[in-house]
Amino acid sequence: MAANFKNPVVRWIDHRLPVFTFLHHEANEYPTPKNLSYWWNFGSLAGFMLMVMMASGIFLAMQYTPHVDYAFNSVERMMRDVNYGWLLRYIHMNGASMFFVVVYVHMFRGLYFGSYKAPRELLWQIGVVILLLMMATAFMGYVLPWGQMSFWGATVITNLFSALPVVGEHIVTLLWGGFSVDNPTLNRFFSLHYLLPFVLLGVVVLHVVALHRFGSNNPIGIDTKGPQDTIPFHPYYTVKDMFGLGVFMIFYAYWVFYAPVTLGDPVNFVPANPLSTPEHIVPEWYFLPFYAILRSIPDKLLGVIAMFASILVLFVLPWLDRSPVRSGRYRPAFKWFFWMLVFDCVILTICGKSPPDWIWSPFAFSISPDVGQVGISIIAMGQLATTYYFGYFLVVLPLLSIFERALPVPLSISRPVLGAGGSHAAIAQSPKPMEKL
Amino acid sequence: MADHAQTPHGQATGEQGTRRDFLFLTAASVTAFGAASAVWPFVSSMNPSKDVLALSSIEVDVGQVAEGQAITVKWRGKPVFIRHRTAAEIAEAVKDDGADMKDPQKDEVRAQKPEFLVLVGVCTHLGCIPLGQKDAEPKGQFGGWYCPCHGSMYDTSGRIRKGPAPLNLEVPAYQYVSDTVVKIG
Amino acid sequence: MSAGSLILKGVAALVGVTAVLFVAATPYHGVHVEKEDWSFQGFFGKFDRPQLHRGFEVYSQVCAACHSLNLLSYRNLQEIGFSEDAVKEIAAAVTVMDGPDDAGDMFERPGKPSDHFKAPFANEQAARAGNGGALPPDLSLIARSRAGAGFGAHEGADYIHGLLVGYKEPPADFKLTEGMNYNEGFVGHQIAMPPPLAEGSVTYADGTPATVEQMSRDVSVFLTWAGEPNYENRLHTGLKAMLFLIVFTLIAYAAKRKIWARIH
Repeated sequence: MAANFKNPVVRWIDHRLPVFTFLHHEANEYPTPKNLSYWWNFGSLAGFMLMVMMASGIFLAMQYTPHVDYAFNSVERMMRDVNYGWLLRYIHMNGASMFFVVVYVHMFRGLYFGSYKAPRELLWQIGVVILLLMMATAFMGYVLPWGQMSFWGATVITNLFSALPVVGEHIVTLLWGGFSVDNPTLNRFFSLHYLLPFVLLGVVVLHVVALHRFGSNNPIGIDTKGPQDTIPFHPYYTVKDMFGLGVFMIFYAYWVFYAPVTLGDPVNFVPANPLSTPEHIVPEWYFLPFYAILRSIPDKLLGVIAMFASILVLFVLPWLDRSPVRSGRYRPAFKWFFWMLVFDCVILTICGKSPPDWIWSPFAFSISPDVGQVGISIIAMGQLATTYYFGYFLVVLPLLSIFERALPVPLSISRPVLGAGGSHAAIAQSPKPMEKL
Repeated sequence: MADHAQTPHGQATGEQGTRRDFLFLTAASVTAFGAASAVWPFVSSMNPSKDVLALSSIEVDVGQVAEGQAITVKWRGKPVFIRHRTAAEIAEAVKDDGADMKDPQKDEVRAQKPEFLVLVGVCTHLGCIPLGQKDAEPKGQFGGWYCPCHGSMYDTSGRIRKGPAPLNLEVPAYQYVSDTVVKIG
Repeated sequence: MSAGSLILKGVAALVGVTAVLFVAATPYHGVHVEKEDWSFQGFFGKFDRPQLHRGFEVYSQVCAACHSLNLLSYRNLQEIGFSEDAVKEIAAAVTVMDGPDDAGDMFERPGKPSDHFKAPFANEQAARAGNGGALPPDLSLIARSRAGAGFGAHEGADYIHGLLVGYKEPPADFKLTEGMNYNEGFVGHQIAMPPPLAEGSVTYADGTPATVEQMSRDVSVFLTWAGEPNYENRLHTGLKAMLFLIVFTLIAYAAKRKIWARIH
């Protein structure tokens, strides 16, 4: 259905290339559930962050020199001499953190409200691909300033591949383009760091196409049943997204202007030195949970496998959770396990940050190297947390699908009354069929 | 702050409508202002940075240049021609002051000290470097410089006399900081 | 669900995320660092110009004998209030190797404002040879690289100050390696650098008495500035950005209320 545009130029173009119809359809009148909560803001925020990262990145690349002898100083030159170079760089380096904050909240929202369930499995999987691309991009970007943590982070992470039997060493040499992380490595990381965001952008388009196939999920997790359940995306959600964007940008600006290096490691202000390893090699905070999983497995190869598996498990999530009720709101047991997963990820983050031989004393509220303290070692805690992480996906969700008794689900979005006695042919949403499952 | 007494289903009527329009107009202008201010740092970052600007002036000792010789120095990434002109060359340049030229200029405004001519050595046509600095190079019909790209010819004052270039060779801003030391830029 | 509870949830989420980030950013304290008061702290912080000048005097009269400051140029001193002529004079006091000239030879010339601070040693090997094998680190980013990953620029200054006043007599049971010095502000408490400051090491142009405390505070501030010359710029821009964003958010909220009132 072609929209009726007033502007003759728009109409002329649209007749030949229906971009305006497309935009009108997908961004203006696009029917969206009317009950979306603020948790649904994070999708558009993620899109915003991708734009910010690409824009700031392109301008930073104009000042950057990808050579081991010049990289560090070229970055410092941005910070000191380039007009607003400091601002662009702080926007970019804190932007990476903000991007992950937003995407992690976005993912947890999907996990809680069952946004990964049919018919949105592929939408969810495309999202996981986006996460993987983000991780690769962030990792390679972190190497570019060529500080100590850049260099040693690159060394440690590329060495993960040496865990692979037979081909491991060859793969690492191939990644490096030499016999250690060096100039060829820096050059290719720069090239890929510039390339991957564009790939990411393409996948984001797929993500949005898949989203618009069935529309957004919503807090009560039932399908929209007609126009009474939806509102046009514009102006309702555009204005809501604008407000959310404002709140988010205040948060973002705080980091950029008042704590710009807090999220990074101070050691990265020391130029890379291949002859001396910093005392503690710690990845950026957004990789810490995965780093903790890696470290909690004593075997090199199994550790690497576990780390990758912790993300790959998300691909099969739609088939692990068979409960027909989407929203966690109507799943009393699931709720608890979900919030424990959130807590578990926080614990994994702390474990990833702390030196493995340290002791955590929950009662003294401290993490310290003091072995005399009563407490649990960081490694043991990481192992526990890793167990729960995989347990949640591989054991808890499948079992809940069988044993959990869901609460009654409303019949429709616009009539938030419970389903008992309703004449709607609702899809297995009343409690009775649940018992049989 | 926000108005609680709303008309249901958004009928924009009377005062309500005016106030709403005002609000949206404000929102739109604030957004536009924010977007524009956010763009500025990005654009500004492409302008010359402080370290580049710090190198934007150089000092040259012209005392070493023998009469009839010329040197080329690099300034802001471009060649600067400094020619120690002979009396004959000066005379020729002054004699031509009244000649028919594309970009008429008197010789006396083109050199602070007549014996030293300081010029940006970039052809005003399309940016090639004219020949004529060395004895062996062609200097064109007017004894100055000859641009090999499209045949522009400059006289001993660096004025365009023949060929496609529209303007005389540029005289950079410079000053004598001592008798023989010139500060360019 | 009312907008109020939604906003509450949003704020709770932001606080939660901040808490997680804060935990993630908990710094290592390899050494106990005393928190000092500095004029540049806070949203409206500013460097104290006379203190920066004194700090530069400490650097150039004491630190510069062994420590380079490679990322700074003499022209940067203009940003902290030295006049153009004063900067030219400071720069001209050093001899810089330049070239090659037309004959292909390197030659020496007086420094220019655009030159980087001259390093005391030609290269790392020379620096080590001159300091009993220890390498005096470049000080350009010392305040940033030694800061815990905490909130605020003061951490680097705290550290430098703590180190400079940290020279003490070692406890009786402490095993001090030959050629090392006991310092409570340094990880492991053993540092190769001998106490650099003594009462009166520096003659301040403004006549301030040069106590060790005074000098260490001044140079800490100078090195904090040197680590991020755009520091004040950042705070100023931040203030403007924050004010704008708050106004923008309030207006967006009002607009959101108006529009959503249609369906409530």
